Amino acid sequence: MGGLIKSSIARKVAMALSGLFLVFFLLQHFSINFTSVFSPETFNELSHFMGTNPVVQFALQPVLIFAVIFHFVMGFILELQNNKARAVKYAKYNGGANAPWVSRNMIYSGLVVLAFLGLHFYDFWVPEMVYKYVEFAPEDPTRYYSELLHRFESPIRTGLYVVSFVFLALHLWHGFASSFQSVGFNNKYSVAATKFAKAFSIAIPLGFVVIALVLHFNH
Amino acid sequence: MNLTLKIWRQKDAKSKGSMVNYPISGIEDDMSFLEMMDVLNEELINKGEEPVVFDHDCREGICGSCSLQINGQPHGPDRLITACQLHMRSFKDGDTIFIEPFRAKAFPVIKDLMIDRSAFDRIQQAGGYISVNTSGNTVDANAIPIEKENADDSFAAATCIGCGACVAACKNASAMLFTSAKVSQFALLPQGQVEATDRVMAMVNQMDEEGFGNCTNTGACEIECPKGISLENIARMNREYLAASLKG
Repeated sequence: MGGLIKSSIARKVAMALSGLFLVFFLLQHFSINFTSVFSPETFNELSHFMGTNPVVQFALQPVLIFAVIFHFVMGFILELQNNKARAVKYAKYNGGANAPWVSRNMIYSGLVVLAFLGLHFYDFWVPEMVYKYVEFAPEDPTRYYSELLHRFESPIRTGLYVVSFVFLALHLWHGFASSFQSVGFNNKYSVAATKFAKAFSIAIPLGFVVIALVLHFNH
Repeated sequence: MNLTLKIWRQKDAKSKGSMVNYPISGIEDDMSFLEMMDVLNEELINKGEEPVVFDHDCREGICGSCSLQINGQPHGPDRLITACQLHMRSFKDGDTIFIEPFRAKAFPVIKDLMIDRSAFDRIQQAGGYISVNTSGNTVDANAIPIEKENADDSFAAATCIGCGACVAACKNASAMLFTSAKVSQFALLPQGQVEATDRVMAMVNQMDEEGFGNCTNTGACEIECPKGISLENIARMNREYLAASLKG
């Protein structure tokens, strides 16, 4: 087991598994948020459940935060190790000839997503924590939709969210599909799995863009 | 054809190298890339200058010696060939061609374009073999039936010539494609099963010790491999390694 923790393959699998977990979370997050487009009541009900259920709050939320931190810290470590593996760079490097831009620049798309997470936490998670655990304000099951609308009032804020979702799509485009290869899944079903991952990478961020724009223009 | 060559010159492993410009003329389309290098070296020798050192041996795409990064790609712009199989018709008059050694911390430069690829030898020595009794009781390998599909995949993996293009192409200088090919060629055969666990652990550990980078699945290695070694081998090695690690 010691070798498993130290090895490059173990690190690769760990990145893939944490990424797959975050993909699953993204789907769940999107499913709840999408209800805000057509039914504020449903959105309030689901948000109230997620915001007050002890399993979600005290078991799933810490796991999610750990997965996010693990994924980006491991990403930085891998990037540093990979830079060290080629100390002297090529005078001319034609990376575009053999690998797409998104696969070669995961660190940059990841950094934009990380910056977005900072903004997103500042917008939603921090006020939520303050509301519940600092101010100990009484729970109002109908507050969630109006809070959401308020956050998307600013066109600049909405624009930042839209741009971030584009980078999220770029990150997912390579990350989701290649996670199958990392965990050793490469067989006759790989083409279908890759197509599904690529479709997901476009559909979910696009859905988030639609939600942000609908909320902004509904305000 | 008149060309400008920008070539990495480095006196020895400890010296600092740099790119040096060499104008060259009279190059014909039918020349191989290495023949063009030979012409340059003759000119340099005639002028009393030090010729450019580069690896070459078979000059027919078998040995994997000619480790040249040409215009930012291992073995140049064409697919499924080594540098010795690259012809000057792939370039046009007036072109500037960058010629560099394969770059990786695990492939230190010996001189000019010649690199030390003994890291690959050490990975192979760590487990890229099967232990067979050769004292007179050796069993004929053909006596064991093997599924055609597995035999074909094993053979395809075994066509890896260890040139290092996978490492050179990878943005992370990862050696996963080479190591996985060497693991796979045995993992797919019944003769390789007995030592499968030890083999994959030892070879991957050696690969990591040599200082190669991590694989991030860009697929550049597969594209640039002169023998078309498939990424399926990397997935297989990942599975083999995880199974071996969990066994302890």
